[in-house]
Amino acid sequence: MDTVEKKNSIIKVIGASSLGTLIEWYDFYIFGSLAGVIGKHLFPSDSGASALINTLAIFAAGFIVRPFGALVFGRLGDLIGRKYTFLLTLVLMGGSTFLIGLIPSYESIGYLAPILVLILRLVQGLALGGEYGGAATYVAEHAPIGRRGYFTSWIQTTATLGLFLSLGVIVLTQNLIGSEAFGAWGWRIPFLISILLVVVSIYIRMKMHESPQFTKLKTEGKVSKNPLKESFRNKTNFKMVLLALFGATMGQGVIWYTGQFYAQSFLENTCKLGFNDSRYILLWAIAMATPFFVIFGSWSDKVGRKWIMMTGMALGIIFYRPIYQHFLDSTDYKTLQKTELVSTGKSETKMELVKDSKDSLMTVKTPMVLKNGAKFIELQKTVISADGKKSKTEITQVDKELSSGNFWMFVALVFFQILLVTMVYGPIAAFLVELFPTKIRYTSMSLPYHIGNGVFGGLVPFIATLVASFPGSTPLSGLWYPIGVASLCLIIGTVYLSNKRHTKED
Amino acid sequence: MSAIKKLLGIVWILLAPTAVVLMFIQAFEKTSAAAEGIARTNTALQWGIILFIFIPISIGFTIFGFYSLKGEYDQEGMER
Repeated sequence: MDTVEKKNSIIKVIGASSLGTLIEWYDFYIFGSLAGVIGKHLFPSDSGASALINTLAIFAAGFIVRPFGALVFGRLGDLIGRKYTFLLTLVLMGGSTFLIGLIPSYESIGYLAPILVLILRLVQGLALGGEYGGAATYVAEHAPIGRRGYFTSWIQTTATLGLFLSLGVIVLTQNLIGSEAFGAWGWRIPFLISILLVVVSIYIRMKMHESPQFTKLKTEGKVSKNPLKESFRNKTNFKMVLLALFGATMGQGVIWYTGQFYAQSFLENTCKLGFNDSRYILLWAIAMATPFFVIFGSWSDKVGRKWIMMTGMALGIIFYRPIYQHFLDSTDYKTLQKTELVSTGKSETKMELVKDSKDSLMTVKTPMVLKNGAKFIELQKTVISADGKKSKTEITQVDKELSSGNFWMFVALVFFQILLVTMVYGPIAAFLVELFPTKIRYTSMSLPYHIGNGVFGGLVPFIATLVASFPGSTPLSGLWYPIGVASLCLIIGTVYLSNKRHTKED
Repeated sequence: MSAIKKLLGIVWILLAPTAVVLMFIQAFEKTSAAAEGIARTNTALQWGIILFIFIPISIGFTIFGFYSLKGEYDQEGMER
């Protein structure tokens, strides 16, 4: 094969693998992004058994099922090949996403609705657990020696682009059909669109060939007979699985989820920024930072993977608290309005009965503008008892809009966090692939990746919020979880990992 | 470097069970503090899932510490 043909061939491999993986991430994230809307339609309004099923659907699929998917499909990929295994994961993911969009509401089929959601969400988690390892292995096994970092970094862009695509489709659909229609039926559109993307991706992937390294193993009859046993009961491999998890992927996971999920959650729930501001900040930051996955992946081919990943973790440990402190200070409109308030809009007053009580709740909404152009709504809530006595008025600031200058400062700070994500995540596929031999690679690399990314990373929003709710804690206390895990991983990675570059085939 | 790896091995062996004990204490405290009824069951379920996930990881971390102490990670160039 001449050089041009080889180049075209690897571009096709990267394109086909990345497109499928991007769609899988898109499918996985739209559920998370639309969990609130789904809850209203597919779960009963009381918070009984539905709350438990909801918890299981979000928790179980995200944290338990992904590593199991890695084991099931990793084993399959090492037994029958990469191509057919990640075709299967794509079909399962796309099919279950499409079906979530078709599930009748709770009002139509009762508890069957949340139970079906739970089952489909578990299938999504399993499929995602199998997909990533297959795509990374497949691309790495096609890549020329010494360029694995560059070629696999394209796969690394897909998780972030999947998040970008899911946010973009949701915002676009909502703006096209309006908030009311979106809440009533439009939320199903992002799920249903998935089937079109999956059909295109399956068509492309069907035309792909099996990876050359796996084909060689198969021809020589050296395919592993029991990849799970060889990966986890063989000490030489098992100790590498542990090293990959504790020295690289757990730190990568918390940096990934802090920059891309906790940042948005913090801006929306702690700083009380409005829906559009918090999403547009993330969209801009992702768009600007995504090319750096390829830059750092490619650079890791020249200088080694270790120090790029370790630097990303170290910078996160140092800068997370100052960055989040800045978010808090800049959105502290309660303090700023004492000196910076320039105008107050017309107030709206609403009275409603408190549920299961004779008391009434009076809500007064007042739009306000600060000197720098920032806007917000001041909410005053007062409970009035049946005999006319008023409780102490609770005042909060919601739907905050940033001034133009602060908006771009926030974009820059989230961009910096995603830049750290690209440092830890860009080179990691090549790092994991090179840690294990071809015959058990799919199984061995998938498990530490999904425990590190899915469990340690996926739990960032939950554990950080939990820590911030402890007595005596501050809004920044939650950051100790990602800082702690990243610090532990940094020590282990620095002491135990080698920065050796791979210049020959295994 | 070999001595540091071995010394850290002891730290990892001690750290893993300590983390599990702390998680159990938190799980018990948070579940007890939750309002009776569905909220408590939900909190117990969340913590149950967390313990179910982190106990095997802690066992893995102990084994990592054990391998470290035994000098399994001593040779230069831990990547194959």
